[in-house]
Amino acid sequence: MRRRLSDWQRYWVTFETILTKEIMRFSRIWVQTILPSVITTTLYFVIFGRLIGERIGTMDGFAYLDFIVPGLVLMGVITNSYANVVSSFYSSKFSRYIEELLISPAPNWVILAGYVSGGAARGLVVGTAVMLVALLFTEIQIHSALVTLLICIMTAVLFSLGGFINAIYANSFDDISIVPTFVLTPLTYLGGVFYSIALLPDFWQKVSLANPLLYMVNAFRYGLLGVSDIPIGVAFGMIMLFIVVLTAFSLQLLRRGVGVKT
Amino acid sequence: MFALDVQQLAKVYKGGFQALKGVDLQVDEGDFFALLGPNGAGKSTFIGIVSSLVRKTSGRVQVFGQDLDEDPEGVKSSIGLVPQEFNFNLFLPVLEVVLNQAGYYGIPRREAKVRAERSLRQLDLWDRRGTEMRKLSGGLKRRLMIARALVHEPRLLILDEPTAGVDIEIRRSMWSFLRELNAKGTTIILTTHYLEEAESLCRNIAIISEGAIAERTSVAKLLGQLRTETFVLNLKGSVSELPELGGFVLQHLDDCTLEVEMKRDHTINGLFEALSRNGIEVISLRNKQNRLERLFLELVDQRAANLEGRA
Repeated sequence: MRRRLSDWQRYWVTFETILTKEIMRFSRIWVQTILPSVITTTLYFVIFGRLIGERIGTMDGFAYLDFIVPGLVLMGVITNSYANVVSSFYSSKFSRYIEELLISPAPNWVILAGYVSGGAARGLVVGTAVMLVALLFTEIQIHSALVTLLICIMTAVLFSLGGFINAIYANSFDDISIVPTFVLTPLTYLGGVFYSIALLPDFWQKVSLANPLLYMVNAFRYGLLGVSDIPIGVAFGMIMLFIVVLTAFSLQLLRRGVGVKT
Repeated sequence: MFALDVQQLAKVYKGGFQALKGVDLQVDEGDFFALLGPNGAGKSTFIGIVSSLVRKTSGRVQVFGQDLDEDPEGVKSSIGLVPQEFNFNLFLPVLEVVLNQAGYYGIPRREAKVRAERSLRQLDLWDRRGTEMRKLSGGLKRRLMIARALVHEPRLLILDEPTAGVDIEIRRSMWSFLRELNAKGTTIILTTHYLEEAESLCRNIAIISEGAIAERTSVAKLLGQLRTETFVLNLKGSVSELPELGGFVLQHLDDCTLEVEMKRDHTINGLFEALSRNGIEVISLRNKQNRLERLFLELVDQRAANLEGRA
């Protein structure tokens, strides 16, 4: 006889299905999804860390190579979480197989949780891979494993939500590359990946504080190295605030059927 | 209880186009129901609203007594949808498409595998379970859409032009499958451009035109409205001049083929007698399969004329 499941058990099955589908998707095409970030960051380590970094000396008391490791790991997490959701969800809209989910009894929050977790999973896989590459070039003592892990997960979740919102509004494949190219990449580079904002003049230090990525890069650097330009509590608070706002906004978009229903 | 009870359903798209203008429609549980209408009449909008792909502007939709606004999850669980356009991830294998669909409906993996195998076997697709979607032919994709829609065992199956573009053999096998499914208790609503399909499969019918129901009746009653019947005759020899036969209108299709339109109060015996008197011998005869089509066009034209008159 068929076992009758509770609503929560059904939701879990649906969540698990979406998450597995997403993980299978990026694993199947790992040459396109995982490898490029690993190669790019290896080049960063070789060029900026070894060749140029040795001439730069120290930053915040650390060898330049050690200083840039947290930022480069987080850059991999950010770009891959975002890219996974934006391309997967937009493809499902473009080829209309998002309809498989829309006609099903899956609640909107389960759909969102599934896609965001899938994006976060890719971000974390790439983050781990970049970290392993970093260990080939330098030895890193993790200052706080808990802070490192939490910031990594929260950042991956936040940028997966960003990718989801981008995919909802996207009407063409061009639309899914505009935000990463013109918004995300500049903010990442200006978010203190390669330098401490203490090096900047006062005015630009204040401008930098408006960049949300600065909080994530610094909080992650604190987790790994124990140094940060931003108080760690403020960084956690900012990231959490962004997550709450983007989650509420994504659910509102799904409820209104923006971009997926006529 | 109605399988589907729709009241005053209206849809106005952005830009002001009114696709549905207060549609009322009831479909009985267990029915095999056809929804017909010309392109742009509102069929797909209607199906889109019932299956939660399109947002309604106003009105009420109930499926087996459950209200779409109050219990969307309950309504969605009762419906299986076979859409008009292919909507697959083309890079997934057949089995995974069906398993994912089962997962979206909250069916645990172990049970989903059993159901997916059953659905795929029913539609003769089990041997193709490892094939990527993009490598399937159009006919196989259509069958897979049915298998996918059945994996959660819906009580109401909605098919939007399910046999569009498939060859006659696959179409016939799909008809026979749908008949069996309906006989086992699944309510089926079908839209189709092949009116022969509706005539052959469905018991009841609604014709939708300009966003409103123009006719809602049984297929038998609708066909009963026909005042004439048309036959195609293959002749033994060629006939150059057509004789005048009272009550029958003859037309040449070629030298050896005639089309005969006869009023319903005349008999085929009478037709044969009249042809024999004129020395015309008939080898074979077939009914021209356009009866429903003719009625359909009459009703749609009539409605358009009424609307014009009102304006």
